[in-house]
Amino acid sequence: MPPRYLLRVTEQPRLAEQNAAVLLPEPFVRWFGQKGWSPRAHQLELLAKAQSGQSVLLIAPTGAGKTLAGFLPSLTELANRPKRKPGQAHRGIHTLYISPLKALAVDIERNLGKPVEEIGLPVTIETRTGDTPSHKRQRQKLAPPDILLTTPEQLALLIASNDAKRFFEDLRYVVLDELHSLVTSKRGHLLALGLARLRAFVPDLQTIGLSATVADPDELRRWLVSQASPGAMSELIVVAGGAKPDISILDSEERVPWAGHSARYATPEIYREIKRHKTTLLFVNTRSQAELLFQELWRVNEDTLPIALHHGSLDVAQRRRVEKAMGENALRAIVATSTLDLGIDWGDVDLVVHVGAPKGASRLAQRIGRANHRMDEPSKAILIPANRFEVLECRAALDANYLGAQDTPPLVNGGLDVLAQHVLGCACGAPFHADALFDEVRTAAPYASLDRPTFDRIIDFVATGGYALRNYERYARIRQTKEGLWRVSNPAVAQQYRLNVGTIIEVPALNVRYVQAGSRGAASRGGRVLGKIEEAFLDTLTHGDTFMFAGKILRFEGIRENECFVSNAPGSDAKVPYYGGGKFPLSTYLAEQVRAMLDDPQRWKKLPEQVADWLRFQADKSILPKRDDLLIETFPRGNRYYLVAYPFEGRLAHQTLGMLLTRRLDRAGAKPVGFVATDYALAIWSLADMGWMFKNRKPSLAALFDQDMLGDDLEAWFADSWLLKRTFRNCALISGLIEKRHPGKEKSGRQVTVSTDLIYDVLRSHEPDHILLQATRTDAATGLLDVSRLAEMLSRIRGRIMHKNLEQISPLAVPIMLEIGKMPVNGEADEMLLMDAATLVEEAMGPEMFD
Amino acid sequence: MNFSLSRATLIAEADLVGIAGERAVCDRRGVLYFPDLRLLAVSDLHLEKGSSFAKRGALIPPYDTGATLLRLQAVIADYQPRIVVSLGDSFHDGGGAERMHSSFRERLEAMMAGRDWFWVAGNHDPEAPADLPGETVRELAIGSLLFRHEPSKMRVQGEISGHLHPCARIVQRGRSVRRRCFAGDGGRMIMPAFGAYTGSLNVLDRAYAGLFRLETLVAYMLGAERIFAISGSMLRPG
Repeated sequence: MPPRYLLRVTEQPRLAEQNAAVLLPEPFVRWFGQKGWSPRAHQLELLAKAQSGQSVLLIAPTGAGKTLAGFLPSLTELANRPKRKPGQAHRGIHTLYISPLKALAVDIERNLGKPVEEIGLPVTIETRTGDTPSHKRQRQKLAPPDILLTTPEQLALLIASNDAKRFFEDLRYVVLDELHSLVTSKRGHLLALGLARLRAFVPDLQTIGLSATVADPDELRRWLVSQASPGAMSELIVVAGGAKPDISILDSEERVPWAGHSARYATPEIYREIKRHKTTLLFVNTRSQAELLFQELWRVNEDTLPIALHHGSLDVAQRRRVEKAMGENALRAIVATSTLDLGIDWGDVDLVVHVGAPKGASRLAQRIGRANHRMDEPSKAILIPANRFEVLECRAALDANYLGAQDTPPLVNGGLDVLAQHVLGCACGAPFHADALFDEVRTAAPYASLDRPTFDRIIDFVATGGYALRNYERYARIRQTKEGLWRVSNPAVAQQYRLNVGTIIEVPALNVRYVQAGSRGAASRGGRVLGKIEEAFLDTLTHGDTFMFAGKILRFEGIRENECFVSNAPGSDAKVPYYGGGKFPLSTYLAEQVRAMLDDPQRWKKLPEQVADWLRFQADKSILPKRDDLLIETFPRGNRYYLVAYPFEGRLAHQTLGMLLTRRLDRAGAKPVGFVATDYALAIWSLADMGWMFKNRKPSLAALFDQDMLGDDLEAWFADSWLLKRTFRNCALISGLIEKRHPGKEKSGRQVTVSTDLIYDVLRSHEPDHILLQATRTDAATGLLDVSRLAEMLSRIRGRIMHKNLEQISPLAVPIMLEIGKMPVNGEADEMLLMDAATLVEEAMGPEMFD
Repeated sequence: MNFSLSRATLIAEADLVGIAGERAVCDRRGVLYFPDLRLLAVSDLHLEKGSSFAKRGALIPPYDTGATLLRLQAVIADYQPRIVVSLGDSFHDGGGAERMHSSFRERLEAMMAGRDWFWVAGNHDPEAPADLPGETVRELAIGSLLFRHEPSKMRVQGEISGHLHPCARIVQRGRSVRRRCFAGDGGRMIMPAFGAYTGSLNVLDRAYAGLFRLETLVAYMLGAERIFAISGSMLRPG
């Protein structure tokens, strides 16, 4: 089989062949001919644009030959370059390839190396990642390869070295792979700043971006080029999708559950599909879903088919084994989380099963693209909704995929914490002038609208912490020379910077290691490591608890230092569920589609009968919301009163809404007790009759949902929210306020958490408008809290709130009511838990023990 | 939120504890007050920890000293003690008192005026703080009480110490709550660290081995409004 980026001659338009002869050097033409292939039109188009000096964005589906397209400009140019004469100085890097994944860089080295060798090109290709040994890095500095394959973090490190300018002086191209994935995170911000720096070294540097389909290509086109002239864009080449994917929703014979995320009901039907296909790739949204599905499949795996598990928490060696088996087509099925989302080559997958709702139309399209890499053949996929709302969501996503709708989120402005890291990195490389660096930073699209006062505050922050109480001058990390240049105060600053570079903050996690049952890991050093689990989850376990991990049922034996000891507990039930709701919030686009579907009984015909019945039942007992309305139901149950709202705006926005509404309801005297949020709905319960209160306009729902909740209430909640503390920790680490790593010793996650929480409290009460707190608030508002989405929703529903006061729970409310008790109630409940514990003690022992 | 008033009042009295016959108030702000002696004990202030970090290149906010002193000022204003005992590690390092901003020094001196003030020597600050009033002692015995920085290995009745920065953790309904705490078994009491930037160590950690009679160990966890007395059997390590 030919490599996936090439196509057989018969499928080529004649025009492309003519172009090929003009654009491609002779050895390439010959090589294509020998192979019986010829280049694709978009590959030649990209080559032509690059040769005329343009930067280019190539948007193409998986399997369209993006990689070769991205490298053709470099390879053809290098083929024509005169040979280096003996004794002549080494030439610098010609092409820099940057990918979000180390593994992808390694993959490309292999895939690119073969044609280079066959064509006989005098081109050297090397990778440079965190795994590259230091002697090889040293050698790369002295004798750089023509093409260097690397990651955003490594680029930041190269830029921060004092020979950066010389190292990059011959650079011609930067190829950015999986650009759609890079640009959405802080890694993307750091990379954009790195590119700006490279452009300062080499003004006519060209960039080539390779991306999957996105909602707004122009954002990426601006990202690729200097914004010195505002709004400038790269050239754009779009390759239309191949054959329409063949997607269906599982129409189960079983009952689709009201709530939950496991999709356990569908296991036998999924297994049947696995048996029918060569290789099935099963995507789930979270690690816990992966574990559960894997267990369930093996429970019914009568034929002992080779079914494997793959997620980011598993031990690396284990993951590599699975990947290798996959590449050799030795597996029949693989259960995976998003670790497999990006474009690595994975054998002959002929079916993708997506368990749980896809959360976004673009995400679904990208995942389905994994099946069958030849874009001229249709991909086959089955969606398995885990509950009834997910049935609606799957239907909406499916319609969208057929329509080709895109809902990738818009790009956000660059983080100030990332900017602080970059500023220090620049100083580590060479002394800089603030005016020049400000101009340079603003050429990066994410920072195009940065203002000078903010930039100056960042410089001040990097130098002395930027505090109003200016007593750290003597400890400054960077200082201004007489000529006005900023330079690092001492070499230790640069050494620390290098250890802490990057924007990826790992959640504190412990190694999971096998020991003998009952040993608590005390004496034995134990057996092999299975992977890593978040400390927050392990904190809730007690000795003897059982849980699922690495495809096994494990018994918790204890924690020692940074290891969690477990023993095998085959046959037991996993007692402790690991809660991990969807990581990704429902996209605005899909939410709107779901609301539209609820409002249109015609569309229910496409839904499974039991789900359509459920909606009819709801129309009968309560009401279904109109497309742009917000339905709010109130009803009593047990000794509580419930409010259920159906905004369909995603869990994050609902969680924020829940926090704010409970504050307001508390002020109004409703005595709210708790709330729970899902992607679709929000439920609040209270001691007072909210239905009666709203009917008598004490307060009115319009007042309760007024947009002014985003003012003082939000600010007051910000003050003490654990979400803000978590965000602050990330900002503190990225900006270099706190070190991720210090020479000689590595701080554990817990120590860092404690100290950043304390720092947050102190800073907030003494200098609430400090630049890092500003950065934290901005981050939290866009990320964890989804405030902008909430704001849009509140403005949309003004005058459009439908209130239904019911005698009892409605059919639509059942799913979220079932989540109560299953999900931890977030927020300020700590004091209540302490009270419960203290009360238990008191009940058991009586109050006298404290005398 | 949803518990009865009587229960809440009952537990509120739990912050009055007995240590070797002396009655003391465990204040939720992390200080111990002996009403009969009019004595206030506070431990591990770690003043100037921020600047100590800054010296080594981590420019964390320089407001910890101010924040710690402000809180100390508030409890002193509430109890109006005759004697104040600072149980060691009052400064994060030997140079701390010298580095302290003059406005903070003035605030501290104002608090000290008119009271007996004892600086118990700690491992971070074995010497007397530079240019500050008050008496520096290795340990201090008053009535049946003995104040020292590090808890002694032997079990000593009436010993009040600090140094270990105790915290406690419980798990309720699948969630974990960790708080600073006083740790006592009726005989000795280890105080929580008071400083704004001080971390904490779980009372079940090995560092505490042998210090308490486990059957009577109670962690008085610091809440937002009050103290929560939690028996040792409910505590979790980590």
